[in-house]
Amino acid sequence: MEGVAIIGVGQTRYLRVNPNSHDEMAFEVTNKALEDAGLTIEDIDNSVTCTNDFWDGRTISCMTVTDATGSSRVPTTNVEGDGTYGVLMGLMRILSGHHNTTLVVAQSKGSISIPGLITNAIFDPLCERMLGLDAVSSAALQARSYMAKYGITEEQCAKVSVKNHKNAKNNPYAQLPLDITVEEVLRSRMLADPIKLLDASPVSDGACAVILARESVAKTKCEKPVWIRGVGHCSDTYHLGDRDLSDVGALASAAKRAYRMAGIKNPREEIHLAEIYDAFSYMELMWMEGLGFCERGGGGSLVDSGFSEMGGPLPVNPSGGVLSAHPVLVAGLARIAEAVLQLRGEAGDRQVEGAKVALAHGIEGACGQGHCVYVLQK
Amino acid sequence: MTVELGDTGTRIHQSRIRLRYNWWLGQVMSRFYREIKERCKIFGNKCPECGLVYVPPKENCPKCFAKMTEFVELADTGTLKTFTVVRYPVPFIQPRNPPFALGVIQLDGADTGFTHLLGEIDLEKIEIGMRLKAVFRDVREGNLLDIMFFKPA
Repeated sequence: MEGVAIIGVGQTRYLRVNPNSHDEMAFEVTNKALEDAGLTIEDIDNSVTCTNDFWDGRTISCMTVTDATGSSRVPTTNVEGDGTYGVLMGLMRILSGHHNTTLVVAQSKGSISIPGLITNAIFDPLCERMLGLDAVSSAALQARSYMAKYGITEEQCAKVSVKNHKNAKNNPYAQLPLDITVEEVLRSRMLADPIKLLDASPVSDGACAVILARESVAKTKCEKPVWIRGVGHCSDTYHLGDRDLSDVGALASAAKRAYRMAGIKNPREEIHLAEIYDAFSYMELMWMEGLGFCERGGGGSLVDSGFSEMGGPLPVNPSGGVLSAHPVLVAGLARIAEAVLQLRGEAGDRQVEGAKVALAHGIEGACGQGHCVYVLQK
Repeated sequence: MTVELGDTGTRIHQSRIRLRYNWWLGQVMSRFYREIKERCKIFGNKCPECGLVYVPPKENCPKCFAKMTEFVELADTGTLKTFTVVRYPVPFIQPRNPPFALGVIQLDGADTGFTHLLGEIDLEKIEIGMRLKAVFRDVREGNLLDIMFFKPA
């Protein structure tokens, strides 16, 4: 099988409010990714956008970014979901053998609406939606379930927030670089027990673009291609009550598929950094377990040991993660963009030295119903 | 109308989307709400292959993909599996003013969790494993909130 590489990335700075419109942001990152790849729009022969009608407040919202992404010139498809799935679509289009290069763009403006209203609409209108559940309160049900089952403490969750906001200080794209202590996280305002304000990701505006190329193009056009060595995705069931919320079976399945494709036998040893979707602090602990960095329930001890710190054996979220900027749909694509910068050695003060293999991860749905995992290699 | 957004040089247009929907419950969920509305009975259904009893009932088992055939009457009591206390307001969607409690309850006779409100309960003394009992409304409309909440049993 011919390889596929990421040859260009572009991001806006992530902000609570970006005064540019959604299509202006999409245009900005499209141009940044093209410049990064040393291409012009004429070189792009396929495009994928990631939009969501509820977040965008428009029906068939994908059609509103065709102009800003140059997509009226080429075959374009849309993914209504996280950017990691947009890359999956782009990867498949290239592997079809009909395209040389694919532009993947995601944009999101959390500032235009009331996020709780939109995430409430995730839930079945005949059931849980009537209870007022949203992304935060449903995550709180999962956090409680997970923490009770494995004896994970609020302090261990807080350590994730402290680490990631500190990492964000070295990331010029991050929205919330913060010097905070575990005490400050624990004392921050309770949103939905056990989740406090500083355990939760912010509302964000932003956009990200990546350019994929088939092997023959990547090798001739790009000095520092980053290769997609493995990808896997899997979803759990829809209704919260039908799932064991403390379990990470869907992620473990996605990771297993990605590792098998990439030939990864021991992820803990073979992966040099991971960018994972920490929408809430407890999620980083759970997802480390699902990714096989430790046994089930071992996420708390892992963060206690410094394993995931910068300078630790496997830095997790050197960018500051989703806790430091959470543009919905964009956030998973931003994980891929950061992994690419790290593997190229272009991550500035947050560079993980000697990084050759990176993992990037995105989620969809309430409480990480769906997961998409990438193994990337320089 | 549009308003100037601080000194950013850009304006925002304030508006809203109004949409009306008639959600179809389907055969299985229609029966579920009919039993609650008319008889204050909670029904789940059982997978003919794996034997798991789901509530709310489903058209097919998500694990086995088998068509569910057998409705099972469940108790109105159960055990709390997880919970939270919502302490922030979101306009329009919340069934009561915060703080209020939500939980996942495993009803006696069911294998899956039923997500609902917790009421007549000290919000600071909720514990996993508590025994709970459904409280039905006197006037019922055939929806989830015909069960007002679950209270300590």
